[in-house]
Amino acid sequence: MSKSSPTFSKGGIHPRESKELTEHLPIEAMPPPEEVDILLLQHFGSPCRVLVDKKATVIEGETIGVVDAGLGASVHSSVSGTVKSIGASPHPVRVEAPSVTIRRDPQAEPRVFAPSEWEHLSPEELLGKIRNAGLVGLGGAGFPTHLKLSPPPGTRLDKLILNAAECEPYLNCDNRTMIEFPHEILTGARIILRILGIKECHIGVENNKQEAIWVLSRAAAENTAPDCKISVNPLMVKYPQGSEKQLIQTITGRRVPYPGLPFDVGVMVINVGTAKTIHDAVVLEKPLYERVVTISGRAIARPANLMVRIGTRLSDIVTFLGGTRDNLARIVVGGPMMGFSIPTTDLPVMKTTSGVLFLSDDEIDSRPHGPCIRCGKCVEVCSMGLSPNEVGIYVEAGRARDTAQFGVFECFECGACAFVCPAKRPLVQFTRLAKAKAGK
Amino acid sequence: MIPPAWSVSISPHLKSTESVEKIMWTVVACLIPSLILSVFVFGFRALIIAAISTASCVAVEAATQKLLKRPVTVRDGSAVITGLLLAFCIPPGVPLWMPIPGAIMAIYVAKHLLGGIGFNIFNPALIGRAFLVATFPVAMTSAWLAPIHDAAVFGSLGGIDAVSTATPLYVLKHYGMNAVIERFGAPSTLYWDFFVGWRPGCIGETSALLLTLGGLYLMLRRYISWHIPMATVLSVGFFSWVFGGEKLFTGDPVLAVLSGGVILGAFFMATDYVTSPNGNAAKLVFGAGVGALTVLIRLKGGYPEGVCYAILLMNPLSPALEGWFKPKRFAPPKGATT
Repeated sequence: MSKSSPTFSKGGIHPRESKELTEHLPIEAMPPPEEVDILLLQHFGSPCRVLVDKKATVIEGETIGVVDAGLGASVHSSVSGTVKSIGASPHPVRVEAPSVTIRRDPQAEPRVFAPSEWEHLSPEELLGKIRNAGLVGLGGAGFPTHLKLSPPPGTRLDKLILNAAECEPYLNCDNRTMIEFPHEILTGARIILRILGIKECHIGVENNKQEAIWVLSRAAAENTAPDCKISVNPLMVKYPQGSEKQLIQTITGRRVPYPGLPFDVGVMVINVGTAKTIHDAVVLEKPLYERVVTISGRAIARPANLMVRIGTRLSDIVTFLGGTRDNLARIVVGGPMMGFSIPTTDLPVMKTTSGVLFLSDDEIDSRPHGPCIRCGKCVEVCSMGLSPNEVGIYVEAGRARDTAQFGVFECFECGACAFVCPAKRPLVQFTRLAKAKAGK
Repeated sequence: MIPPAWSVSISPHLKSTESVEKIMWTVVACLIPSLILSVFVFGFRALIIAAISTASCVAVEAATQKLLKRPVTVRDGSAVITGLLLAFCIPPGVPLWMPIPGAIMAIYVAKHLLGGIGFNIFNPALIGRAFLVATFPVAMTSAWLAPIHDAAVFGSLGGIDAVSTATPLYVLKHYGMNAVIERFGAPSTLYWDFFVGWRPGCIGETSALLLTLGGLYLMLRRYISWHIPMATVLSVGFFSWVFGGEKLFTGDPVLAVLSGGVILGAFFMATDYVTSPNGNAAKLVFGAGVGALTVLIRLKGGYPEGVCYAILLMNPLSPALEGWFKPKRFAPPKGATT
């Protein structure tokens, strides 16, 4: 099975998966914490304007921040309670970002969302619901979903791909969502197809997720409406299968040329978890204020797949799961290949937080790096056909600005090169430096 | 509250278990069987020369790095490889001190003065050998020992009491194929002897069998690819077959591949990461070039053997070969020069 499944054409690696730590653990709702810090800047783009004042009373799901201009998505309170302060909180990428801290009212009743019909709604009305719910892509960058689903006029699309590769080791949030919410995902897919006016949807799943493939395939067979065709595509397990360009090439054979976007080749790629939240936003009119987060690694007392309120501090999650072990060596937000390591557990969960990994000292490798021995492994594994070795040597020699010739801007920083490098060279870091200086 | 006892770093946070040390020491392990066999073929001299060569390379590396105020990295095993390879391409009958100047040339000049690991242009061990051939031409081209055919190895500790002889390539070059057969036996037994390693030659180059096994293991571990060794061997065989006989297409490709340092060079020297190109197409051209130059030197040059100079001539072409055969980018911008 794994041999015959399709994959992308060049490069790729097989890091230790470590999925077994959490793959069979059902999604568990973490009780809402006493306080949440809702970041007003959840992703790139403009920060939200705050709609509430200090000491104001808010309810679960209430809009507390909106974007007036530019890229962005509104944010909602994830608990019912009172606004304690409006200040700043740690952010994994930006160090610090503006935030609203809300103290939960322990007496408040949990909010219940009743389903409603959506089939009669127009694409504009559907998009409006998605915008009101503050949806962003849950896979990584957090691009606002209502903007993504509004491609420029004249764009010709024919295929929707739900990205369920989840090729990052450790993570199981998409996997568990597929196993536990297959019908919600399929409804989400049908809503996207309706908005885009197309009929064909492929769900690309790496075939280490047999249960998800089985559940989704069965649900797709039951659920397919006459006006659309939804299929589940098992893919070979190979990192970075979940990279948009690699996924599109695997499923459609089309290549997205730099600096183009998937819709240039007629494809829209949406994360499978996002499809589930599209269902919630449209059918339940439930804003995005909680998400599934895989808490894993060999240095957390109890790994889990948690349904967590946005704004929950990681320190509260650690306490809920029984603390960390003594061999804790690194904390990573996201997957181990592309995630950010963080210096503090005061960080709140964001809409894009797919996982929090507590890695032990035998899971990471912090040996110092040496000079490039030109073994060429990085060139072999680069799925974009680049030369990370040359970029590193140029950067070290102070010639970062001459690296455009190696296609550094095509690099999406999957980290396969740094993973295989026997000299442990920080090739992703070199490439980021190259991008910052090249062509300027 | 968790005490901040963890580190912060750039992604990826997972790394493969490979390391430079692991690769280098694996290469050393793959050379050891040939070294052991050389003791049975040439006596304990072979082992002593290899030990002196290896010790001098490690000592020179440590001294050089101290002198240049760089971190001392002798533990990574790369100087050990250079030492073994240098011994492997020295005749077994040379004076015991002979590897020392070669080691200084290989490690101090060819490796560290040209930038250290990762930056040297030429294969250090081969520069060491080339230097010795230029400086001590008589010893380096005539101190051959005839293989020991019985357990006499245990009686020949250290001294040159074995018989001096000529290499098959020397005989072939100057006296022709019939003389080779007269001296080393008919092709039926000669091929087998040469394949296993019972023939005159440099210390570690004689056993095609053990060297090939070592090379195949490196391929299995994916430390080297098949491209350079295959291209080198096929190229030596092909050009020897075409031009190696008295008339065109009458040369003996098997003898050509099994003599001299072709197998050693193809698997362990031409594949040196630093001095050979990346990219499969570039590797094939590189190997073919090594093979063609080897045959050219053997047939038309002053020396009976040409592998060393063939590789040294191809080494500086590596960057150019990489430039000519750049990896194919996945989906570059339209009009990009790839």
